Formats: sequence, structure tokens, C-alpha cells
Amino acid sequence: MLEVLEVTKIFNQGSVNEKLALNNVSLKVPPGDFIAIIGGNGAGKSTLLNCVAGVYPVERGRIFLNGEDVTGLPDHRRARDIARIFQDPMMGTAASMTVEENLALALKRGAKRTLRWSLNETRRRLFREKLAMLKLGLEDRLGTPVKLLSGGQRQAMTLLMTTLIQPRLVLLDEHTASLDPKTALKVLELTRRLVEENNITSLMVTHNMEQALRVGNRTIMMHEGKIILDLQGEQRENMTVPGLIEMFHKVSGEKMQTDRILLT
Amino acid sequence: MNLTVFYGAVILGLLYALMVLGVYLTFRILNFPDLTVDGSITLGAAVAASLIISGVNPVVATLVAPLAGALAGLVTGTLHTKFSIPPLLAGILTMIGLYSINLRIMGRPNLPLLRQPVIFEYVARTGLTMRNSEFILSLCVALLFIFILYYFLNTETGQALRATGDNEVMMRSLGVNTDRMKIVGLGISNALVALCGALVAQYQGFADISMGIGVIIAGLASVIVGEVLLGSSRIIVWLMAVVLGSVLYRLIIAVVLRLGFQPTDLKLFTAVIVTIALISPFIKSYLEKLRERYREKNKLKA
Repeated sequence: MLEVLEVTKIFNQGSVNEKLALNNVSLKVPPGDFIAIIGGNGAGKSTLLNCVAGVYPVERGRIFLNGEDVTGLPDHRRARDIARIFQDPMMGTAASMTVEENLALALKRGAKRTLRWSLNETRRRLFREKLAMLKLGLEDRLGTPVKLLSGGQRQAMTLLMTTLIQPRLVLLDEHTASLDPKTALKVLELTRRLVEENNITSLMVTHNMEQALRVGNRTIMMHEGKIILDLQGEQRENMTVPGLIEMFHKVSGEKMQTDRILLT
Repeated sequence: MNLTVFYGAVILGLLYALMVLGVYLTFRILNFPDLTVDGSITLGAAVAASLIISGVNPVVATLVAPLAGALAGLVTGTLHTKFSIPPLLAGILTMIGLYSINLRIMGRPNLPLLRQPVIFEYVARTGLTMRNSEFILSLCVALLFIFILYYFLNTETGQALRATGDNEVMMRSLGVNTDRMKIVGLGISNALVALCGALVAQYQGFADISMGIGVIIAGLASVIVGEVLLGSSRIIVWLMAVVLGSVLYRLIIAVVLRLGFQPTDLKLFTAVIVTIALISPFIKSYLEKLRERYREKNKLKA
């Protein structure tokens, strides 16, 4: 489904601020996988997601999506197959536009946008039906500007927008991190439902170790631009949070200074 | 006040409304402060005036002007998107370049259209007076473009344009080439501005190399006046507010002139209006803070 092959990403190459963000990373993702990615700050988690999405060009290596080499394609040309959800709930929707307008934008993800009137009754009916599944009462607020919604509501809407047109791969970049615990749980549950119901392949960056072991079917740990741990199957089922920290020490050969960040 | 002066100001306001709609499109919708406007309004006037003088039908001349304006917008858009030049600088570069181009087109700094056929005469043929036909045509054009823009901004492409100005990252993740969107938006905006220039030149009877100076600020002032009067999140109301703002701005200018100010003072006047509008949120929050402090003091006393 997705194959990252020996990808290297360097920021500010040739300057004093040069940073090796991804160091020869390879990752094979079969269809239907739901992978949680953990690691300290600056480990390269978000960079990996951004390289897969096409936001950053890579220095070395190739990225394949469904067997097709997409390494040279800009982000907007990968959007038909790849959907993204950001940490900041404000990033996933256009604040000044209404709920229905945002959904209409998402309905055309990766497709040609015409000069036809965008909203009609058929689409509104579809939006109402989909919004009702969120159980947030948004189906009665089609004409409300999104900026009047709460962070949790906006993130739930972003999730819905992501699945309106079925992507093959969804990239979740700490998408519950800036929500309050209760809302975060709700959004995570919704994520799981939408992803599993539609059998979408997912990569999810998280800072929450508990979540990383519980959600999805595979856990990857990154450190200094490399994948240092890849847990799945029985090995993952038997893993505990303290065990994960233990493994990090063993594999990275250093003490985890960001324990607190990883555990929150 | 003399009613003719009022009438003239309304007509001028309706004509300039096209430019203000263009400014609204870039500044407010695309979130792109485009200074090309100062050059492209003169470009429109220069193109239309030279074509009319060389014997081209004024209607045709008026329709060619926006094409030239769109081209100017494409240049600014390309400078910004393909070469990462900041919006303000990209606009200024095009504007300065257009100064020379406009002089080339006109051949001299001022091109009078005396005894030349102008587009307003076609309406006057119906039997209306010249003044009335100027009013009717400018009103119809303004209404036409309110409708066109209202329709366009609600199409799939138009919504993508609005969302590009609102949240570019999101639009790229939804598969929209936001660079192209910005170029298209700048093209449309400057086409409107150039069309405005072409009509204004025919209305006032000349094209002048300096007619574009400060137009962008007049446009902003009009947008702000309109917003203050008819603030709304609905597109159609916005568009009407913008046109209304343009008319009111010209009326205010007419009043100021009546008060005895020189036409050359107007630029300062406009700059002051826009500045006040821009700093009003700061003044408001400062006043609120003062009030808060005053209340607390009273509370302590009690």
C-alpha cells in the first residue's frame, strides 16, 4: 500500500542549522494497517508524515503509493489518495466558511472543481446524514460558520471531511493532542470507527504511549530520524508502557529524557 | 449642496466599485494585499483610451482593457507563487513596471478623449441625457458584477478560491493547487480594476499616468466603509456593502472638497480614514481596559 524506501530528509542543508530529520528511513505498510508512531520531540515523526504527504521534498529515497512512485509529486497531487488531519483543530477547516461549504470543499478532494453552483439539496441531504453520525447536533447547523464551533466539533468535522471521499491512506498528526481529555477520547473513538469501518490505512503520530499500544494494530517508535522499534502481533499485545520505555532505553542506548512528554 | 455634485459622486462611486470589488477579492477573500491595482487601473485606462483614439469601437476598447489587467495580475501572481516574492513586493514590482508600460501605451502622460466616441453614448442613444446614461450604465455594470461574483464565489472553484485565502494548508491537503488559485484570483481582480480604469477614463474624458496613485488606499477605505455599515458573513451582503462603500466614499470626498479642501489634500484625508479604521480595534480595546479599571476602582471604594 505505502512503501517508504531509504528516505532521507535534511532541513537547512549546508547551514549551521542543518538538521538530519529522517535518516535513511524505510517502512512498508500493507493495506488496512493502523500504525501508531511514537517518539520524543524531534524524532522525525511529523517529518515522516509530511514527506509521505508530499509537503516536504525528500533529499534521498523514494516513496511508493499503491506501487506508484509519488516521490516527485507535490502534496496537492497526492491528495486524492492521502488525507491528513492536523494537531491544530483550526487547520482542518476553513474558519470563515460555513459547515456545509467546508463539507462541499471536502467532497471534491483530489477531483476537478467546476464552475457549477456548489451546494444543492442532494448534497445537503448527504451532509446532514453524515453529520448526524457524529451525534454532535451539527446536522442542524449547516449554515453556521465553522469558527463558531468548538475545537472538538471542528476536529470531528475534519474527520468526517476526510472520509467523505474515501482516501487510501490517512495521516493523523497528534490530532487529539490539543483537545481536552474527554473530547480527545471521543475524537479518538470516532477515528477508530471511521478508519476501521472503511478499512482505511492509517499512520497516527501520538505522544500518548497508552494510546500507541491500544489503538491500531502496529506501533512504531522513532528516535533521531530513525525507526528504532516496530511492534506488531503478539509482541505488541504483550507490551506494556513500562516495557516500551525499557525497550527504548535498550534500543536507543540512552536514557529517555522525554519520559514525561511521552507519558502524557 | 449642489445636487449635480452629488449625482456625479454617485456615478463615480459606482464606476470605482469595480475596482473596490477587485480589492475586496484580493485583500479580503484571498488575504493577499495586492498593490498591482495602482498600475492596473491606469493600464485599463491607457489601453481603452489609446484604442478609442486609434479608431477602435469604444465597447471593444472597454472589453480589451480587462484582458490587459488580467495579464498584470498573472505577473504579480507568478512572481509571488513561483518565485516566493512576498505579496507586497510582488505587487509593487508589477506596479512600477506598469508605469513605464502605461507611458509607452499612451505615448504621453495625458491622453484626452475630447470629441471621441465613448461607451456611455451608446446608452444616451436611447434618448436619455448624457448624465442619466452614465448613471444607468455604471449602475448596471456594478449590479452585473455583484451578481457574477456572487455566483462565481459560490461555485466549486469559487469556494476553493475563498478557502485558499482562509486556510491554504487545508486546501492543499484537499488537492487544490493553491498557487494556481491565487494567480486566478489576482487575474480576476486586476481585470476588474482595469475595466474600472477604462470606464473612468471615458467618464472623465481622459487617461492620465497618475490616475492610479493611491487608488489601492481608496479601495481599502471603501471596503472598510462598506464593512462598517453592512458587516455580515454572507457573500451577497458583503458584495453589496463593498459597492455601497465605494459610493459613500466618493460622497464623503465630494463633501470634503466642498468644505474647501484642495483635491491634492484628498490623499492625506484617505490615508487618515484608513488608518483610523485600522487602529480602531486597538482604540476600542484600550477604552474597554480603561472602563474595566474604572469599574474595579469603584468596586474597591464600595
